[in-house]
Amino acid sequence: MSEKSREFWRWREYRYTMPDMDWHDKKVVTAGVDIGSVGSKAVVMLDGELYSYAAMRTGGESEETAIKVMNWALEGTELKTENVPYVVGTGYGRVNVPFAKRTITEIACHARGAHYIYGPTVRTVLDIGGQDCKAIRCDEKGKVMSFLMNDKCAAGTGRGLEVFADLIRIPIEELGKTSLNVEGEPHPVSNTCVIFAKAESLALLRQGWPKEKVAAAYHLAMVNRIIDLLTKVGIERDFVVTGGVAKNTGIVSRLERNLGIKPLEPKLDPIIAGAMGAALFAKALYEKEMGLR
Amino acid sequence: MITAGVDVGAKYVKTVLLEDAKNILVKANGIVEFDVLKSATEVFEKALDSNGLKRDQIAQVVATGMGRKTIHMKPPINAGEIVPEVIADAKGAYHLIPTVKTVIDVGAEEGRGIKMGENGKVRDFVINERCAAGAGTFIETMARALEVGVEDMGPLALKSTNAIPMNAQCCVFAESEVVTLIHSKTSKEDISKAIHDAMAGRIASMVLRVGVEKDVALIGGVAQNPGFLPPLKKELNTEILVPKHPQYVGALGAALLALKTEAK
Repeated sequence: MSEKSREFWRWREYRYTMPDMDWHDKKVVTAGVDIGSVGSKAVVMLDGELYSYAAMRTGGESEETAIKVMNWALEGTELKTENVPYVVGTGYGRVNVPFAKRTITEIACHARGAHYIYGPTVRTVLDIGGQDCKAIRCDEKGKVMSFLMNDKCAAGTGRGLEVFADLIRIPIEELGKTSLNVEGEPHPVSNTCVIFAKAESLALLRQGWPKEKVAAAYHLAMVNRIIDLLTKVGIERDFVVTGGVAKNTGIVSRLERNLGIKPLEPKLDPIIAGAMGAALFAKALYEKEMGLR
Repeated sequence: MITAGVDVGAKYVKTVLLEDAKNILVKANGIVEFDVLKSATEVFEKALDSNGLKRDQIAQVVATGMGRKTIHMKPPINAGEIVPEVIADAKGAYHLIPTVKTVIDVGAEEGRGIKMGENGKVRDFVINERCAAGAGTFIETMARALEVGVEDMGPLALKSTNAIPMNAQCCVFAESEVVTLIHSKTSKEDISKAIHDAMAGRIASMVLRVGVEKDVALIGGVAQNPGFLPPLKKELNTEILVPKHPQYVGALGAALLALKTEAK
């Protein structure tokens, strides 16, 4: 692919199977499928433990994507979708998971997934997804107490980062690191609108600002916007960040710096928190249905 | 006495030269390039040259628009005063339409609603400068997604009678929605109408915050778009007057205000 037509926003899709785990000797196989506006994730759990997962871009047809991402999560495991007795769908496209027995909102799933990944001390979950951003307060059981969401505007979402990656011609996975390669923080660009932030960034590049400094100004604007949302819902420790944007160190480290609160280190890939919550709900629902508890 | 108004907008510079508060000598405009001062100067000098005038023959220059500070007290334009867009808009609109009670100005990056008081005074106003979806940039961005020229958007929209709702309220999200609509074989005419309807809805809800009273005037660059007026009329449920060359109303207002400041 030529440099000019390269799609810098295009993040890498991937799958993973836990080594040393065998589904043959497990009792309950469940799955969660999170069809987001930008990325779709599937998680397979064995007796409530993470077994395999996949993350890919959501295509034009959510249903097709749901089938694809589930198949990919199961790839190489000899399991088939029909061998998974209980699947919960979540995310923006959750009604389009044809093999799901139930759908549960991504708010509940992210809280539940974060509780599993980070432990019961989590009280505030910030989920930064492709086209929305949610600040969720939860209790020691991972139950949602309150939340606030921005899903109307691209500022402060992964989509805003995609737009910026293409503008500055740096692969999206490297954006965060690039933005930290500055001395001191520049004045942020507009934090109310991606279109304006993009125009301002372009003007800064033309003024001769190095890419790193423009990236810092852009990331800082996003972080300011996200902090507004967090402050409104109220932030309480422990604090964690989930969703695809949680992998951007430029966002996470600025959140830490400007909030004065260090988010817990993820033990697992934070992009699958929602799908994992769905798989955990699936387990509880399955056991209830089968009279196992 | 000749005065000048220079409106340094987000996208275009507009200049009006005015003689004795009534004769408009010339209107000129040009795109704002990277160097704002240079762009403004080119437009200003184009206006002067067309009448064989020199800067020192202009009694006063008043600047308005988001880039107004760039030319304030700076040669060669040397604008002696700067005024906010709302003040210039009100002055210009009242001059052209003395019965005006509500002024709606939709520019490239900002939208404004102005409630007029007695004698052309501003009583209240509302501005959107935070979101591109409520300004001309929205239609321009959508034109790019549709792969049609921005000036073709309005005429395209007028050809459609289907009302398709747009869900996205954000320019970036709307871009994706337009792509989805194209893929689902929705006609460009219908999509263009949906875009104008959505934009009119946002402008209307902004203007309604200050209230709408007749006569209503629509000015600014977007007022030149014929596809925008019908849905806006429908949303506000009122007749709307569009002055000739609506993009120059702010600059005209500034030129009128120049007369006043000069007389001081």
